[in-house]
Amino acid sequence: MTTTAPSDSSEQATFRAHCKAWLAANLPPRPNFRLPLGPLEIATIEQLEYLCAWQKAAHSAGLVGCDYPREYGGGGLRDCQWIANHELKAAGAPFFPNIVGLGMAAPTIFHHGTEAQKRRLLAPLFAADEIWCQGFSEPGAGSDLANVQAFAERDGERWIVNGHKVWTTLAHFATWMILLCRTDRSRKYEGMTYFVAPIRDGVGRGVAIRPLVKMTGELGFNEVFFESYPIEDDLRLDEVGRGWAVAMTTLLHERGAGSLVTPSSGGGVGDDGETTLGAGGLIELAKRSHRNGRPASDDPRLRDAIVQMLIRQRAFAQNERRAAVPALVDHPLRLPLQHKLTLSELLQDTARLACEIEGMAATLHQTDPGAPAGGRWPHAYMNSYGFTIAAGSNEVQRNILGERVLGLAKSK
Amino acid sequence: MTRPHDFGFDDAAQILKDTARRLLQDHCAPEALHRLVATSSEPARASECVWDEALWRRMLDLGWTAVAVPERAGGFGMGLVAIAGLVEELGRAAVPSPLVATLCSTYVAAACDTDAARQLLLRIAAGLSVSLAITDRRGSWAPEDTDVAVDEAGALSGTAWFVQDARKVAGLIVKARSPRGVGLYLVDVDAAGVTIVPDAILDLTRDQAHVELRDVRDAQVLAGPGDGVRALVAAEPALLTIVAADMVGAAEWQLQTTAEYARTRVQFERPIGFFQAVKHPLVDMMVQIDAARSLVYDAACAFDHEPETAEVCARMAKAAASDAAADCSGRSVQLHGGIGFTWECFIHLWFKRQKHNEVLYGDGAHQRARLADRLLGRIGETA
Repeated sequence: MTTTAPSDSSEQATFRAHCKAWLAANLPPRPNFRLPLGPLEIATIEQLEYLCAWQKAAHSAGLVGCDYPREYGGGGLRDCQWIANHELKAAGAPFFPNIVGLGMAAPTIFHHGTEAQKRRLLAPLFAADEIWCQGFSEPGAGSDLANVQAFAERDGERWIVNGHKVWTTLAHFATWMILLCRTDRSRKYEGMTYFVAPIRDGVGRGVAIRPLVKMTGELGFNEVFFESYPIEDDLRLDEVGRGWAVAMTTLLHERGAGSLVTPSSGGGVGDDGETTLGAGGLIELAKRSHRNGRPASDDPRLRDAIVQMLIRQRAFAQNERRAAVPALVDHPLRLPLQHKLTLSELLQDTARLACEIEGMAATLHQTDPGAPAGGRWPHAYMNSYGFTIAAGSNEVQRNILGERVLGLAKSK
Repeated sequence: MTRPHDFGFDDAAQILKDTARRLLQDHCAPEALHRLVATSSEPARASECVWDEALWRRMLDLGWTAVAVPERAGGFGMGLVAIAGLVEELGRAAVPSPLVATLCSTYVAAACDTDAARQLLLRIAAGLSVSLAITDRRGSWAPEDTDVAVDEAGALSGTAWFVQDARKVAGLIVKARSPRGVGLYLVDVDAAGVTIVPDAILDLTRDQAHVELRDVRDAQVLAGPGDGVRALVAAEPALLTIVAADMVGAAEWQLQTTAEYARTRVQFERPIGFFQAVKHPLVDMMVQIDAARSLVYDAACAFDHEPETAEVCARMAKAAASDAAADCSGRSVQLHGGIGFTWECFIHLWFKRQKHNEVLYGDGAHQRARLADRLLGRIGETA
């Protein structure tokens, strides 16, 4: 089913044609190693380099940061990123690795940064020359993010940071971190300040990065320790004490509008070039799987569950489509704020159902030669909890939707 | 054919939807609706037909029976996307009227290729109200199933079941079987041999009946024997989408009304929406409604622009909307607490309309079973 836009402006139509033509000629060859299912699972240097090279090529061709001004390394277009995203997806392109940069850091810097910060930071971000990570969560500040305790103390023209950040995806590859710190212990929400921290430069000089092992046995995220780590004041974003407001910009993009900036944050692209949400995936899996000695595709309850999942997948895509039609949107935040909630639950329930379809074969690890689909589904099911917990757990997402869209009393 | 990114929801569709919202706010507000259809809680109420005929005349003045009629047949020829927008408002207001039945009939007539069908479309555009008499006693939605037979002389005999708003309409499209196949026939409700037998139903915002036909002779042939199935199959995605749009509009009313209650009802010294046991189910209602709503516009757009995908999209929309309607109905009562369980609280009107529409033309499980046959193959086909 194709969705094209007869309503494309002439700029958009030209750009769409450019995307199609460039992608047809420039998709990278498949690597001889396994690619991760999504940017949050990048584990090895060779995976990272392959994906960074791809993002850099796509940026050179104008498919990344299309709607940002040219002086910041963008394409200087209007309302064209969604077209690039759509064409990238349609072409089955690999995802972009700099997900924290594209989805969160770039819009935050764009809205809150100084002119000098924008000129320095955005272009290498778009080109994946500099990878970004996010230093928000702490052992005592998860769902209650405003409880961050990492402290930045003023010292003339710089700040001295002490603290402990956790669940830091990509930190081991990152040049930069968006960093939320407390600068005033007497006030909760007004006592925070937002920095961009050059953490790679700091390793061994006040920054220590320690990998965390996920329940899957893989690396991918980290904890980061700061000990008397100095940050120059010109790396502060926005005013002292405005950190929470700046963080809200980041979180809005992380939870809702990420897909408007990068295609990878909506439905990861799998290692066989098929999206993990691919409708065909479950159908084909059911047709070739046996469970309890019978074809999975003959089980009436599984048939119903599979179609329910296909309906939810299609609804998710159609929500994205409707979100761009103002006449069919009652409240501007209503669909964007559902994005993370519905996508993460969709990924989780799809993976869980796939395991159910596989029956006993779902017990096989990725390393077992007999594992169906390369063992991806049990693996994806475990990893799916990263999505339902991260970026504000889905319980917090339901609070936010209830409060901001339905106007219910705040639960905090 | 290509599918417009904005579903094809244009300015004319917007104006139609806005006009509908305003008209129904003015003339079918919840208090007025409750006064109209729920003055009595007596059991006899269940087989009555109560509606606001003055409001229906306003709808006719606005040309609402003509909006879906193709331009070549004297109508406005608006797309199903625009019709879905209108029907959402009918559901939101839970208005009793023969409009939904007439719109569904319009799509069936438009799928028939006869002069009689073209004549019918002209009359619908001019204000004729029509309903579909296409269901058998077992509640089968299969296009070939009917308990009405047509003889060689063209006379209809038998009974059509579950006819919507039968006592508000002037005409009926009757499905009838002959040895040469299934055809579709236009029958005047006042024709000799036609008896409309009201069903006692739960929904107070419509009426339903079975229609007994005894040797009804002056029926017009909309689709001849053997052509009826094709027309019904072609129109079915529109029927499913229209009923789904009604449910989505009604579910949005249920959500907003229940959220308002949760913002204002105080227990334990707080508005009850403070409590996550209330807040989260309300959010889940919203998520379900949005999914169904997007699928309704997707299905309508597919019907308008990509007919080969219309059936799959429409069944998905009906399945999602039926489940959303059922869940939102249950939650709207539960979250209102004791008052929600009473006759005086308006929400039972929407609850009952939703439960009716949930099963009309097949519930979610039925739609999914049909989709599974199509997408996964029938059971036993896999080696």
